[in-house]
Order: sequence, then structure tokens, then C-alpha cells
Amino acid sequence: MIAIIKYNAGNIRSVENAVKRLGYDCIITDNADQIRTSEKVIFPGVGEASSAMNYLKKNNLDTLIKSLNQPVLGICLGQQLMCKYSDEGNTGCLGIFDASVKKFPPNELVPHMGWNNLENVKGELLKGISINDNVYFVHSYYSETCTNTIAVCDYIVPFSAAMQKDNFYATQFHLEKSAAVGEKILKNFLEQ
Amino acid sequence: MLKKRIIPCLDIKDGRTVKGVNFLDIRDAGDAIDLAKKYVRESADELVFLDITATEEKRKTLSALVEKIAKEINIPFTVGGGINSLEDVSAIIKAGADKVSINSSAVKRPGLISEMAEQYGSQCVVVAIDTKFENNAWMVYVNGGKTPTPLKTLAWAKQVEKLGAGEILLTSMNNDGTKNGFAVDITNEISEAVNIPVIASGGAGTKAHFKEIFEQTKASGALAASIFHFGEISISELKDYLKTQNIPVR
Repeated sequence: MIAIIKYNAGNIRSVENAVKRLGYDCIITDNADQIRTSEKVIFPGVGEASSAMNYLKKNNLDTLIKSLNQPVLGICLGQQLMCKYSDEGNTGCLGIFDASVKKFPPNELVPHMGWNNLENVKGELLKGISINDNVYFVHSYYSETCTNTIAVCDYIVPFSAAMQKDNFYATQFHLEKSAAVGEKILKNFLEQ
Repeated sequence: MLKKRIIPCLDIKDGRTVKGVNFLDIRDAGDAIDLAKKYVRESADELVFLDITATEEKRKTLSALVEKIAKEINIPFTVGGGINSLEDVSAIIKAGADKVSINSSAVKRPGLISEMAEQYGSQCVVVAIDTKFENNAWMVYVNGGKTPTPLKTLAWAKQVEKLGAGEILLTSMNNDGTKNGFAVDITNEISEAVNIPVIASGGAGTKAHFKEIFEQTKASGALAASIFHFGEISISELKDYLKTQNIPVR
């Protein structure tokens, strides 16, 4: 069973749909036991960092997520909350990845919305993905690049498009909305 | 590099796709989900579903259709048409839409834009603007292009950005259905004036029209309906062409 963490963030249904399209069972839950005992955990999210962190703390999901040993995949805001700190609402985050989250300078359109390609791709999660593959982004804040970066995207500044540390994986882009390329990445995560 | 988006629009009536010419004269263009899936295969970047007969009764049908689309479609999609309240928006978002487009209701009550942005984030708020050039000015129209308003398009576009819109879908009524090309002038003016994505709509007839709108304006995407529905141009063929013209597309 795949657990999708339920919290006060949008876009959970489309993650559920994407997992189901690949033929996996999943459950949307904020129940600690269900999350802890699931095979894999997905931590999705569209929303605002400080209110999301507050919700996680209030429900003790912050310590739970950090303590998980099975593969965990953060998506979009999920990736940002797995970093150290976010400028959005001056929010202390989970601190899994060694990076901070900053707001894009308004040199170009913000949010960064649409399809963009990935560079410096490495690791199992992104197996089979090349520089010509595009994925779908929607975000106004970005995770800095750091030793945990496994893919870079360049929009205004180069930022972490995907990250990994041990069993923790994350993508800034919405793999559940990234057509066949996103499906391949989700499959890589679910099959490992 | 961020790619320019090609967005087919599906006008929905009773679950089927239709397309009018100059906002009138409705023709049937097939089952909505079948068509949507075909577009995804052809590498459409996004889909827009506009319910053109959104009455109270039809609203429930729309939610059910959105749910079905969300299950089958793995690219972002926008839903619009007859959305009047935050309640309507919530129903569509819960059914699985990524973005909700509002038009007449935003003109009637601009506060709805802010409420949507606050509740769901600007990224899911699309304000559709139907505009018509008359008496030397681009003016905003509502009610499916039937009712004029005293709003100037440029001022309205700036206002919706300020209120929290995440994207503007700009349809030129003068161009819509003509196949003579997008309205380059107003699209250029609006896309220079705001710092949110502008999607050009209305008038696509050839592949060169897409090249023109991307070369001569800052539009982030271009939307079309009939040329895709009736197979005059396939999306993959259009994208191959744009690549040869050095327009960045997926």
C-alpha cells in the first residue's frame, strides 16, 4: 500500500489518480500508523509553507515524516518543506535536505509555470530521463541547489528540480501532471 | 528553457465538445474525454474545458465530468464556464481541476479573484477576458461575448493581476473563429503590461499564426479549438513546425 499524506494542501487527488493509473493501491491518510506501516509514502502539496508546516506540527506529522525508513517522495511544496528553511512565511522546515527555499527574483514571470527541461540528472529516481525531457512546474519559491540535488532546472536561477537523501526523494515539478515523462519517474519511485 | 504552451480548448455542452464560430453557430466536435486523450497523445501542454451551457442543473454534471477527466488525463487542465462563487470553484477543484477560469463573474464581483487566490493559490486562478476592438479601443465583454462593459481591456488585465489572478486567457472576439490569426496588438500590449502568463486565444488558422504570436508578443501560450478538433492541424505537427522556427516547445 502507498500512503499519500493528507494535510491542508491541494492537489492530492491528482497524485492519487496518477498512482492508481499505474495500477498501485493507495490511501490518503494522516493516520500515523497507516503512514508508518505503508510500503512507500508520498508527501504532495500545493499551498503555503508556513500554514502547511503549522498543520504538520499540530498533527505530529513533522517528526513522523523525518523518522520514516521506507522510500518517501515529496512533490512541489513537499520538496520545499523537506528543506531546512523557507523564505515563504519565514518557515523552519523539516531539514531533510541541506538547502533553503527562496523566492524567485521577478526578472521573469513568476510563478515559474509550464514545461521545462531537466539538467544534470542523476540517480535511480530519474533513470531514463534525458535533458530533452520536459516536466511541468508551477511555483514561486525554489529550493537552492546543494549536495542533495539530483536534477537542476534553470529558470531565472538554477535550482533543485529534484532531490534525494537516503530514502527521501523529492521533485519540485508535478510528476503527476507531467505526461509520460512524469509517469516514468513515478514508476521508478514505485518500483524500486 | 521554459516552453511555449499549446493549449487546445474544448467547449463542453452536455459532456460533448462543441465549437462555435464567432461565439455562435454551434457544431458537434466529439466526446470530450476521447478528444482530450487524443490531445494528450499529441503532446498538448495543457487543456481548457469551457462549459458553455453552465446552468444550475448542469453544474453537477460538470463536476462529474471533471472527475472523469482528472482520472484519465495526466497533464494540467483548466475548467471554466458559469462559475459564480467560491462554492462553484471548490467543487471544481475538489473534482480534480488544476485551474479554474472565471470571466463574467470576475467582472461582476472582482473580489472573487482574491478569494480564490487566497483559498487555493494564484496558480489556479485563470481570469478569462473576452475583448473586442470597437471605436478605437479594446473593451471587455461578458456573458459569452454578448454583453459589453465599460471596462478597458488593459486596465482590467492590470486589475485582475493585482487581485491575485495567476494567468490571463485573452480572447479577441474580432479574431475568434476567423482563422485569420491571433490579435497580435492587444496580446502584445497585455503581455508587456502584466507579470503573469498571458494565453492568446482566438483566430488561429495556420501554423504560422502560432509562430507569429510567439515571436511578436510575450504570450506564454496559445489556445485554439476548431483547427485542432476538425483535424486541420495536429498538435504534434504544429510543434514540429515551431521547433524548426526556433520557438521553444515541448
